[in-house]
Order: sequence, then structure tokens, then C-alpha cells
Amino acid sequence: MKFTLSWLKDHLETQATLAEIVETLTRIGLEVEGLDDPSAKLKDFVIGYVVEAKQHPNADRLRVCHVDIGAGAPVQVVCGAPNARTGMKGVFSPVGTFIPGKAITLAKGVIRGVESHGMLCSAAELELSDDHDGIIDLPAGAPVGARYVDWAGLADPVIEINLTPNRPDAAGVHGVARDLAAAGLGRLKDRPIRAVEGAFPCPVGVTLQFAPQDAHLAPAFALRLVRGVKNGPSPEWMQKRLRAIGLRPINALVDITNYVTFDRARPLHVFDAKKVSGDLVVRRARAGEEVLALDGRTYALDPSHVVIADASGVESIAGVMGGEHSGCDEQTTDVLIESALWDPLTIAQTGRRLGIVTDARYRFERGVDPAFCVPGCELATHLVMELCGGEPSAMIVAGKLPAPDHRVDFPWSETKRLTGLDLPVAQQAATLEKLGFEILAQDATRAVVRAPSWRPDVEGKADLVEEVARIAGFDAVAPTPFAREDAAVAGPVLTLLQKRTRNARRALAARGLVEAVTWSFIAHDAARLFGGGSKALELANPIAAELSDMRPSLAPGLLAAAQRNADRGFGDVALFEVGQIFLGAGETDQRIAAAGVRRGAAKPEGAGRHWRGKAGPVDVVDAKADALALLQAMGVSLAAVQIVPGGPSFLHPGRCATLQFGPKNVAGWFGELHPRALEALDVEGPLSAFEITLAALPAPKARPTRIKPKLEASDFMPLDRDFAFVVDETVRAADVVKAAQSAERALIAGVSVFDVYRGPGVPEGKKSVALAVTLQPRERTLTDAEIEAASQKIVAEVTKKTGASLRG
Amino acid sequence: MTDLSALEAETLAAIAAAGDEPALEAARLAALGKKGAISTLLAGLGKMAPDERKTAGAAINAVKDAVSAALAARKEALKAAALDARLAAETLDVTLPVRETPAETGRIHPISQVMDELTAIFADMGFSIAEGPDVETDDYNFTRLNFPLGHPAREMHDTFFFHPDAKGERKLLRTHTSPVQVRTMLAKQPPIRVICPGRTYRCDSDQTHTPMFHQVEGLVIDKGSHLGHLKWILEEFCKAFFEVEHVKMRFRPSFFPFTEPSAEVDIQCRRSGGEIRFGEGEDWLEILGCGMVHPNVLRLCGVDPDVYQGFAWGMGIDRIAMLKYGMPDLRPFFEADVRWLSHYGFRPLDLPTLAGGLSG
Repeated sequence: MKFTLSWLKDHLETQATLAEIVETLTRIGLEVEGLDDPSAKLKDFVIGYVVEAKQHPNADRLRVCHVDIGAGAPVQVVCGAPNARTGMKGVFSPVGTFIPGKAITLAKGVIRGVESHGMLCSAAELELSDDHDGIIDLPAGAPVGARYVDWAGLADPVIEINLTPNRPDAAGVHGVARDLAAAGLGRLKDRPIRAVEGAFPCPVGVTLQFAPQDAHLAPAFALRLVRGVKNGPSPEWMQKRLRAIGLRPINALVDITNYVTFDRARPLHVFDAKKVSGDLVVRRARAGEEVLALDGRTYALDPSHVVIADASGVESIAGVMGGEHSGCDEQTTDVLIESALWDPLTIAQTGRRLGIVTDARYRFERGVDPAFCVPGCELATHLVMELCGGEPSAMIVAGKLPAPDHRVDFPWSETKRLTGLDLPVAQQAATLEKLGFEILAQDATRAVVRAPSWRPDVEGKADLVEEVARIAGFDAVAPTPFAREDAAVAGPVLTLLQKRTRNARRALAARGLVEAVTWSFIAHDAARLFGGGSKALELANPIAAELSDMRPSLAPGLLAAAQRNADRGFGDVALFEVGQIFLGAGETDQRIAAAGVRRGAAKPEGAGRHWRGKAGPVDVVDAKADALALLQAMGVSLAAVQIVPGGPSFLHPGRCATLQFGPKNVAGWFGELHPRALEALDVEGPLSAFEITLAALPAPKARPTRIKPKLEASDFMPLDRDFAFVVDETVRAADVVKAAQSAERALIAGVSVFDVYRGPGVPEGKKSVALAVTLQPRERTLTDAEIEAASQKIVAEVTKKTGASLRG
Repeated sequence: MTDLSALEAETLAAIAAAGDEPALEAARLAALGKKGAISTLLAGLGKMAPDERKTAGAAINAVKDAVSAALAARKEALKAAALDARLAAETLDVTLPVRETPAETGRIHPISQVMDELTAIFADMGFSIAEGPDVETDDYNFTRLNFPLGHPAREMHDTFFFHPDAKGERKLLRTHTSPVQVRTMLAKQPPIRVICPGRTYRCDSDQTHTPMFHQVEGLVIDKGSHLGHLKWILEEFCKAFFEVEHVKMRFRPSFFPFTEPSAEVDIQCRRSGGEIRFGEGEDWLEILGCGMVHPNVLRLCGVDPDVYQGFAWGMGIDRIAMLKYGMPDLRPFFEADVRWLSHYGFRPLDLPTLAGGLSG
């Protein structure tokens, strides 16, 4: 919403400065978004008289002018404009002036050997129009030496406010003035609008043709004919205001409708009565109807739109845009003035579906004052008669004018309850009355307040509190300390999952992975590849084709991110994300997952080549290490985790595993990516990845105290015994380790795999798995015989359970 | 006696000349070995007269002692020299680079770090963290937040929709974290104090907007909380979060369907050279929206607005991260460029705490 300062002062009697007005508007909720004060940028331009313009001695197309600027001797200026001539008046800028149209600061110049001490300006140079064919040619009466901006009436600052959707009343200058007056910035000029007496009955009738359930679509429709008008350009003052707020003056009749739209937030429409055939009918559009609108485009209509039609068809899209056919032009002599009320929802839908944004739609969809429907028509009639002459008919009003009577039972204490602001009753009452609220009854504790017809947003007590508080100023509300509910040390507030989500990030970052935040939506094919892509999780209006489906896994986003980094020359990247994945559209189908991707040589011990040894490409073992480290950081005992070879189809079938806590509780996976998956995602390996769903992890056992179990540290030295078992290729190392462990549970403190060997000395199809077994004596040092017995038990157990033989 | 002196001098010279362990052993054997010169002299004592033996014995033993001492000293010297030589040979080039520590190369995304900062501040004020799904119903995202059907404010949200399901219900991606307020009020009796951080979505993409972003909302419902408390909380939050001693804030009346009265909050700042400083300057920067929870919202969430009251506020996590840490653009937050993440991200052990300072 834009208006000029002089326009505002038509409605507000005030001594306030522009700065005060701007500050107050923002303070009371009409946020000033822009302020354009043309007098600031044009302040140095003065009216000059060209005493003499003679041919430049060295240039055919230049003239040397002596310009009287009202002070001192005439100034010499070299001018290239074809219309520069002796005796003219123009706009002069001295040396040192910033020329907005050229974005330069004028300097003294010597042009073809002649000094130039300023410039005579074109309208384009002042950014007043696009006209740069010649310099501005002022009438003879223009006062020499005066500021051009003042003389031309350009010194009218334009204020733009960012109007919130709840304030349709402030979509008119009058409403803005009312708010400012309530805020103490002056007095609202609220002149009554005199009804115009009709000289004859309105010759055009109006029918509201609606089924009873549709009556709300067009509650009332006021119409009046003015005959014998002379249409032409509107007066300069009106054109100037319209131009200042970015509107293009068209002709007086059309300009009047635009003017009243901004002046009073009252959109109007004018028809050329001679182009209207028969009476007007307001109705739903019929399927297949179309209309050529004033913007020159043809719109196809259907029964969801409301139109104004005559005998020959649709003449106007109600409340949104008029039709070209019956529009007013210079030839118009008889004009029909329409001031109607429309259903905000329908206007909003029509505007949206037809893609039409107009000042009328803007106001009707927010709510137009029903009580100003008839006065709006009267105001327009006065303006038409004033600017175009003519003789008015009587006004007809079809339908019934609503008479809003919304009352709020308002306890004065509500203001203090909601804002903490202790305002006297008198002040609250005065504010409400200045804003147009009527106090129908009141006592010391409460009042019955009627909302003004122009405030459809007012519903209840809280709305009145806002009115009172915003006019008093939110600055008046004192910050009030807000203590914790109990005066104790702040307790923990995070849930287990919230803690795990936080800790997962720190744990993975501590392993050298870098946290990424990628889109929650991915390409459909990628979603399908990772087990998603269902219709339920596909966006109906994605912002881009590759961001269409909610992600079933964090991996696709991370893999794509790794590739983007590789494409920029950073191929060894380790990324992770902890975030939501979507298994369905239900409210319990969202999970928090943690996933990591390593690419190239981004090994956990450090990326790339190094003088102490090359890292080699990332592999399944790196992914496993990340996954297990994460589980441990989540407080999960690795003894409880089942690592089952094999996993989802996007992984290398021989180099992946599923992490689970029993067959029904799968928590995640790790592995190298399947070459076909890489191809489908258009990424290049080597890549390894893991993903764990945090909610699937078992919760730690609740314990009554924080006491840790007693440390059992033996006084006796542990000892290591090494074994190399030859087993079939298919035998899993974990089974060999498990078998060894089970041989002597009390004695064996640990089993580690220190070598896996295939080659000479080991038969084809077999491998040698070398274990280091740590024996921990508890009560006394072991004898050689006891150690030997334990060793034999280990060998026997491993042989029995895995078919191993001790390597010779 | 002359012979004895000569022998001593000769033996000591041999010891001093011994350049390594074998040479020193040879010198020892030559003097003190079974057949060594000094051993031989000592063996000869038995054949001497007692008087002579006494004098000669003392002299020979003195020589023996001197030789033994010289041997020990030489041995020590040789050992030290050998160690020096070994150490010299073992010299490594300590200027060779070491591998980078993973804990130093890993990074926490600024959004996660800021969420942890928010948690630290609000947990201390007695708030817990509430969460809700990203895929929401129209009811929770709009209707119960007092956005009437067809209201222009709905259109301002640029909502992502899913296809209608079998029942004709059309889910959407939440456009703000406010549905979590609804869920909280429906699930829990007042008093309520929560913050709701999370991902939000709007189908809007340009230099300053991304289709996905992060918000945090706060909600307080009890029997006495008013605008003054809200102002205090937000001022304290801004001081704590931006780690400045003073902030000046401006509460401008505004409009949100779910609050009444509503305000937008600007924070005073100074902008210079791409940097923003709070607590000084003459510029205003909008950082959040807030207000008293609308009575309709309370009613629609099962809370009696004549008994309970409260306030809510919301702000962009990405935005306050940019303001605090100076990232110039929003889009790179979601591009996973390791150069950006390494530069603007946080080290894993930089855990924000109130005791230690949020950013260390």
C-alpha cells in the first residue's frame, strides 16, 4: 500500500514531521517498507532562464548558453539539446549536483574548448520520465532561481507500508489517517459524504441472480448512471498522485475508480453505458463463457467465478477486473458507476485461478467495508460530476446492505492479563473510540464494544487488547523476568532419542566425518532404489523434478553430495547426516537416522596418500568401523548386535551386512555400494556407506543408581597364545572367534584376529585365520600343564564348531 | 720398581688407546688376565721374603687398582660413545608431516551447532524440546492454527502438498514448526514450556529462500504469562545467543493468524563491511515473529482461553546462524560442499555450554 504525504494530509490534520509519521506508522503496526522522498534527490535543481543561446564555435550540434539562475551573474553552460534556445526556461543543475538519471556527479567541464559550469537537464536525467530528446521546457511563468522540485510539486514523499492481511481498512489512505490520529498524530478529517440527488431513475437495472445458498457471493450492488459526461485526462493533481504510487493515469473516469480504491479502500468499476445492452445480471459464470478483460487477455470462465453480464454476455469479472468491451474511453458520454460487495473467499479463488492480481482483488479478498458501499458510489459520483460534468441518475441498490454489529464483551483487565500493560480505563476507551469502536455500555470493570464495519478482523477480547496495546506502543510493555517453574538447578530435558541424535553427530564428526544437511526430498528413481518412492510420499507440486519424493534413506543425498565434491576436485570426502527419513506418510512413519559415506581414500585414519603409508580405497571395513563406533557412542553393547552378511540390493552383495537386534529388529546396514546402484545414481566409487535408524536401538537398562559395577582387576599377569586355524573360505571369522571364546569362558579374557592368510601352504578354497587368545588367570599363576590344557580345549572347540584344522 | 712404573704407564696407555670393547678387553687381559703382566707379578709375591713381599705387594696392588679404575672409566666412556653413535644414527626428520586428527577434521554443521546452542539456553530457562513430523495434516498445519479455509494467509505459505489419499485427505509438508505447538497442547496439560526446532518447507527458491529451511518455535502456556514475560525471554535469549551484553529490540505490532496480539521483533545492529554487530548501531534487523497465543488456537487445542494464556514465538535457525556466524548466503547450507562445511562448521568437541560459553 502506497500513498503520498500530501494525500495523507487530505485525511489527517497534523503538524507531525515526515519522520514522526514514518516512525509512528511502524510503531502501530503499519510497517513502513519504503520511503521515497523525491525532494531529497532533486533538491539542488533550480529553475533557470536562458538569457542567450548561441552556436558553439567548434561544434555544429552544441550551443553555448548563458543561464540566469536568480543569483549572481549568468552561468555559462554548453548544451547539446536541440531545443535549447534563447528565452526559454529550464531546469538547471550546478556543478557538484548528483544527476540521478545518469548516476554521476556533475563536474566543471571544458567541451570543445568552451567551459561549462553546469547543465540544463532532460526529464530522463531527473528520472521523471523516459524523455531524453531535449531539455525540460518550462512555461514562461516559472520563477527563476526557485527549486524546481517545489515549483513542480514533486516534493511529495511516497510512503509504502507493508500491510498485514488483517487490516483491509488500511488499504485506503483514510484508514491509515485514522490509525495515525488514534496514535496522537493529529485529527482525522472525517467529512461526511453528501448523497447526490438523482435527476432521473437509473435506466439500467440490476438483478442478483443467485440460488439462496449463493446469496453471500454478492450481498449488495449499487449502481448509478451519469449521463452527458466529457471524459478526458484527469486533472494534474490526480495524475500526479496516481503516478507517485505507481499507477498509470488512463482517463478521468478510470482514474476516479483507482483514486477511490486507494483513497478509501473502496474499489469501483465504471461501464460505458452505451456499450451495455439491457440490464445487468450478477451471477455465476457459465461453463464455456469467456471475457476479454481490461488487461487485454481473454479469460475462460466457469461457475466458480462470479460475473456481471448483460444481454450480450460477460462484461466484468466481479471484484477482480472489468471487461474491455464496456470499458470507458475518451468517447464515453454516459457512465455507469458500480460499487458492490463480494465474497472475499470467492474473489481470492477467482483471482488465484485466473492469475489476476489487481488492486480491487487485493481489497475485496481481505474485506471491504460494507457500510461504505453506498457512500463509495456517492463519492465517485461527486468526482465524476466535478471532473467530467454530467447529470446523475438515482442510485439503485440490488441486494441487501449488511449491517455488521459485532459486539465484544471486554473486561478492561484483559489488557493487563495479556500484555502486562496497566492502562487506565479512560485511555483504553479513548483509543478504541478513536479507532472507530463504539462503546455501547461500560463500567469500571468491563465494556460492551461494537467493532467498526471496516474491521472484519476483530473477533474477540484479544483483538481489542491488540488495538489498545499497539496504539499505546509495545515499547511500553516492560520486560518481566520469567523464572523457571521451580527454583532449583535446571534438570535434564532431553529424551533418549534427542540425546542420541546429538551424540551421534559428535561421535561421527569425531571420526573425521563432516556433517552435511541435504534435502529431505530426492529424485523418484533414487527413492525407489533405496526402498521408497511410494505414491503417498511423492510431492504433488515438487519444486524440481529431482526433488520429488521424500527420502527413505539419507544415503542417496550423501552419495550425490560426495559426487558433487569429487566433481569440484575433492574426491576423498567423508560425509555424514543425522536426520529424518520417511517410511510412510503416517505421523509415526518418520524416523531419525544416522548415515555416513566415505569416498575415494577418505579412510578413518586419514585421507589419501601419506609418507608413512598409503591409505588405499575405502571399503566395507571402514563403513563397519563407523557403524560400530556410532553404536558404541549410543551406549549399545556390541555383544548385543548381530552382524548378518548381506543387505539391501543397493549394496555389494559380498561386501555388506545388516545390523540387527534379532531378526525382527533391523537397525541398519553397512557396506560398499553396488556398481549398478552407483550407475543408477550417476556417481563414481570407491564408496562405502552405512545407515542406522536411531529409534531401533535398544534403550539402556534403567538403573536405580549411578554406581558402576566393581572393577575386577586380576593380580596375575595375563598371557597370550597364538593359533592359526585353516578353515573353508565360507567359514566366518566371527564364528572362529566365538568358538575359541566359548572354549574356556572363565579363563579367556579376549580373542583377536591378527592375520588372515591365503596362499602357499594353505590349500585352495581355504584360508588361515590366526587368533591371539588372551588368558587371564584369576586366582594364581597358571602352570604349563594348565596352559596346555586350555590351548587344547580351544583347538578342539574351534575344530568342532568350524571344521578347522590347526595350521602345521 | 722402575719396571713396575713402566708397566703401569704402558697398561694405562693401552687402556686409553682402546677404541672399542674388544681392544679394551685385550688390554684388560694383558694386565689382569690369568697370564697378564700384573697377575704374573702378583703370583710372584709368594716367592718373596716377607719384608720384600710387603713392600712389593703394596706397590703392585696400587698399580692393579689404578689399572682397574682406568678400565672401568674407559668402559663407561666407550659405552657412552656407542650410545651417542646409535642415537645419531637413529635421527628422524621431525619436520615430516603427521596425519590430521579425525577429531580435528570432522565437522558439525552450523545448523546442528545452533540447535545445541538453543537447547543450552532454553533448557536453562526450563524449556524442554518438542518435536513433530515433517509430513503434516492440513488440520494441524493450518486449521487449528486459526488459518480459515481460503484465507490469504494460507496462500502466503507456498505449501508443498502430497497427492490426496484414498479418503481424499491431502497431506502436506509443514510450512512452519507451529503444528508442533498444536501437538504439544493436545498431548499435555499446561503448564507448558517447550521449544520446537525442526525442518520446514515452502515451495520457494531464490537467492534468499530455499525449499527447505529450519525454524525454532517457543511456546509457553500457563495461567499468567504475558507479553512482558515474552519480551524478557526474547531479550535474554538474544543476549545469550549472540553473546553480547546488551541488545536493543523493537517490538512492532504485526499479524499472524495464530497469535493476538502479534508482533515482529527487530534487533538493533550495525552493518559494516558485510559484518553485523548487535548491541550497537542504528539499523534494525527483523529476526522473529511472536505474540500471545490466539484464543481460537487455544480452544482448537483443547485449552480454555479464559483460564490459560500464553505466548509463542518463531524464528529461522538458518537465519540466526547466518547472523551470528556471518555466512553470507543461505543456499550453501544445503549444498554439502566440504570447503564450506569445513570453514563454517564446528569441531566435534566444541560443545556449546552456558558454563563455558556457547562458542567457547
